[in-house]
Amino acid sequence: MFPTPIAKRSRTAQIGYQAFLPVALIVWLLPLIAVALFSIKPDADFTNGNYWGWPSSFEGFTNYGRVFFESNMPRYLLNSLLITIPTMVGAVALSAMAGFALGIYKFRGNLLLFFIFIAGNFVPFQILMVPVRDLTISLGMYDTIIGLVLFHVAFQTGFCTLFMRNFIRALPYSLVEAARVEGVAEWRIFLYVILPLMKPALAALAVLIFTFIWNDYFWAVVLTQGPGAQPVTAGITEFNSQFRAAYHLMSAGSIVAALPPVVMFFLMQKHFIAGLTLGAVK
Amino acid sequence: MATAPIVPDRHPPATRGWYKRNEIALTPWLFLAPAMLFFAVYVIVPIGQSFWISFHEWDGLGEKTWVGMANYDRLLGIGEQNIDRKFEVSFWNNLRWLILYLLAIPLGLFIALFLNQTVTGIRLYKSLFFFPFVISQVVVGLVFSWFYLPREGLLNAILGLVGAGPINVLGDPDMATYGIIAAGLWPQTAYCMILYLTGLNSVDPEQVEAARLDGAKGWRMLCYVILPQLKPATFIAFVVTIIGALRSFDLISVMTNGGPFGSTRVLSFYMFEESLSEFGFRMGYGAAIAVVLFFIMLFFIAYFLWSMYRDERGAR
Amino acid sequence: MRSIIKTSFAAAVAAAIASTASAELTGELKIISDMSNPAPRAVMEGMVADFQAMNPDLDIELTIVDREAWKTQIRNALGANPPDVVNWYAANRMRPYVDAGLFADISDLWAEEQFAALESTKGAMTLDDKQWGVPYTYYQWGVYYRKDIFEELGLSEPTTWEEELANCQAILDSGRKCYTIGTKFLWTAGGWFDYINSRTNGYDFHMQLARGEVEWTDERVRQTFANWRQLIDMGAFIDDHQTYSWQEALPFMLNGEAASYLMGNFAVAAMREGGLTDDQLDFYQFPKINPDVDYAEDAPTDTFHIASGAENMDNAKAFLRFVTSADNQSKINAGDALGQLPVNSEASISDDKFLQEGFEMLSSNASGGIMQFFDRDFDAEMASVGMEGLQEFMVFPDNLDDILMRLEETRARIYQ
Repeated sequence: MFPTPIAKRSRTAQIGYQAFLPVALIVWLLPLIAVALFSIKPDADFTNGNYWGWPSSFEGFTNYGRVFFESNMPRYLLNSLLITIPTMVGAVALSAMAGFALGIYKFRGNLLLFFIFIAGNFVPFQILMVPVRDLTISLGMYDTIIGLVLFHVAFQTGFCTLFMRNFIRALPYSLVEAARVEGVAEWRIFLYVILPLMKPALAALAVLIFTFIWNDYFWAVVLTQGPGAQPVTAGITEFNSQFRAAYHLMSAGSIVAALPPVVMFFLMQKHFIAGLTLGAVK
Repeated sequence: MATAPIVPDRHPPATRGWYKRNEIALTPWLFLAPAMLFFAVYVIVPIGQSFWISFHEWDGLGEKTWVGMANYDRLLGIGEQNIDRKFEVSFWNNLRWLILYLLAIPLGLFIALFLNQTVTGIRLYKSLFFFPFVISQVVVGLVFSWFYLPREGLLNAILGLVGAGPINVLGDPDMATYGIIAAGLWPQTAYCMILYLTGLNSVDPEQVEAARLDGAKGWRMLCYVILPQLKPATFIAFVVTIIGALRSFDLISVMTNGGPFGSTRVLSFYMFEESLSEFGFRMGYGAAIAVVLFFIMLFFIAYFLWSMYRDERGAR
Repeated sequence: MRSIIKTSFAAAVAAAIASTASAELTGELKIISDMSNPAPRAVMEGMVADFQAMNPDLDIELTIVDREAWKTQIRNALGANPPDVVNWYAANRMRPYVDAGLFADISDLWAEEQFAALESTKGAMTLDDKQWGVPYTYYQWGVYYRKDIFEELGLSEPTTWEEELANCQAILDSGRKCYTIGTKFLWTAGGWFDYINSRTNGYDFHMQLARGEVEWTDERVRQTFANWRQLIDMGAFIDDHQTYSWQEALPFMLNGEAASYLMGNFAVAAMREGGLTDDQLDFYQFPKINPDVDYAEDAPTDTFHIASGAENMDNAKAFLRFVTSADNQSKINAGDALGQLPVNSEASISDDKFLQEGFEMLSSNASGGIMQFFDRDFDAEMASVGMEGLQEFMVFPDNLDDILMRLEETRARIYQ
């Protein structure tokens, strides 16, 4: 193990390390702790210039209550869910199929197609902005959830296919051969042989896509307007203009907007990290 | 498209239909079709359209007018005119992002080394160090812009304790871009850290022990034994950081909106501003900026694909 | 064919009747409005309800979108399958949609008798000698100040530039700033430029500059900046204004760190909400700089337009007639509604002291002319480059030469 395990060091080094850990963590999360502190302060603290002192009263319930009951926040959160979940399902399904095709079969153009998917995923997406916007408008899907979902599915397919194909590549090919000898139809091989083995990859991708899409801001701004279809990342700016300069409410709003992916991460940590670090080890 | 089936066909052909006979050649295309369709419609074709638009003058409302290379001439200052100053500023800022964003890699490695221990509660520490990465960039931007506020911000409160400041990070054209990059480094470092933590987990303990017996430790051990084994993690960290740096948009939009006086623009933001913002009706010009950004990125994409191609060849 | 002619003739007759005898309308009317803030939203919904009551058989579909978002979204809405009526702004801000043929020419509406009462705003709605929309409200700009601070320091409302400077010096000596401003979103700096430039060089010159007929490096423009710089060099504006929005700059005035705010009348509501009473808050017209130049005032007009692709043209026109009618104008601009000024000269004005003062100022003391505001009078691209330059000037006045050169380059390119 590297670096040398602390257990093998001197007693003082061990205590020093243990004591330093929380300090380092607090410094690391300082901006976030500041916002959390803001979000439970009463309005009066800001007018009195008590920004960083102890809150003069605990107003967490009031502040968060106003976020949920006096703004469009719940609607934006719902939109985010309605955008994120279908995208997650769609992108994972499409890429599982594409990954299967690219990972199992040998045919001319296989590698080329694979590289096109990867390259498309790396493209600066601003270059897609105007044409995708025009396309969405002409399909009558501007400012609709479905318009945003379709684009996200398409764009995420690049990344997901890379992921799935590499995962399938690592599965033992002999399974497919054995199934073929048995005379199993190809689509059944996918459904009953490969797919069950892909569960960890599916879970990992689903969590990753959830986070990516939930946090998207650029496309939300380009393809939607207003609380009808906008997700929470774009909605937070409207929320902030409603509560301009009311830092306690804006802080509470930000925390609410950031929370779902954080919860997702802590619940699904193993899959999340497995997904992110695929390829980081040989 | 026809290829030899991998498995020799041993079944009697007479009873099977056309699909059955060509099953192995057809299946991959059937499986690929939906993904290819989506990808072509929403990614491949739009890239071509953007190239096309960049040769036009177009306000996004009426008809396009063909202007040839005029948008590029103006952007790059070819001919009689000066180079577009906003483009110049954006380009240099993109470079700043590219270079400084890469700091996330050594920083992430440093934190990973710091946390790669087995004391009680370390798992929770690792998660807490990582989780800025899952927060949306919009919220990160807001959080940091409040952190930097000239009067109310925590940064100046801390600087005040040591007798320095106050400074207005986002209001000073010389500091603003660095202030935003610092905000971006926060989640990016967390990402690199997790890559390295996973990498460190799989470092071969025998090699480490062997090197220890040879008297290698500390810095030398890191450089000659550990880092070579972390190469895959470093490669991925490099890829995601470069892409993240060139895509930077959310943070700028939220923290400064390109200001003060345009000093924090990058190409992606400038492109959005020209095309779709409140006063932007210059789709052609915006598309030209996007094309330039695309070529910058293409340079890196080519490099990534080339390394992956090498690996593919090696794997076979 | 015959039946089509017949029906359209019938429609024309019906429309003619509608305008005179207000016969009830039928069919549909689709409206997209950007009046999304609480008070305007209630006004818009109220207007639609009233119009509905007058025409029970009309099927009205109202969509209200976020005001800021609408500035970029209008172009999508007007594209495929447009609504009948939309909100927008007057003057050059209409230009892209007029040029693209997306706004309907409603000169015929303006030729009607009823529209004589709107004469004062006709110019702002005119491009290429045709009218492209109707106004529904406008509001004055000017200096809102803390009366209690002025009294404490023994100051009175200035009418000349010298008095303005002297007042400001006294305010600075008392440890306060003269003006609060938040320039993060740039346009607030445009207000200062409008006033100082029109007071220095006159309305006609200002509009020539807006139309791109004068160079930015012109000596007269430099004089404007020199006057502005007097204030900047005194330290009259709050620090770090480039970091704040206009709302974030309000607390400086509310807690007495700054004594005044050059703003539109919409800021009054926010100041009252912030705790200032009418005893503490007052208003004065931006003082004269060049005594030979008449007062010109910023009074931005908000508008309704008909999309050229509207399917219910007659209903849309009827709605516009209704919006601008004297009764409706009195109602929607009242103090408990929009709290702004009616565009119809026969409408009554709220007895709010700021509105009374503003109306008085605009009708009898703005002989120079009415400006729509920097970002509405200037071409869109010129406005965005320009306001960025103005912000830079307010922070680094020494960069003026470079800024003017940049603006001039932009002007030369845009107006070729």
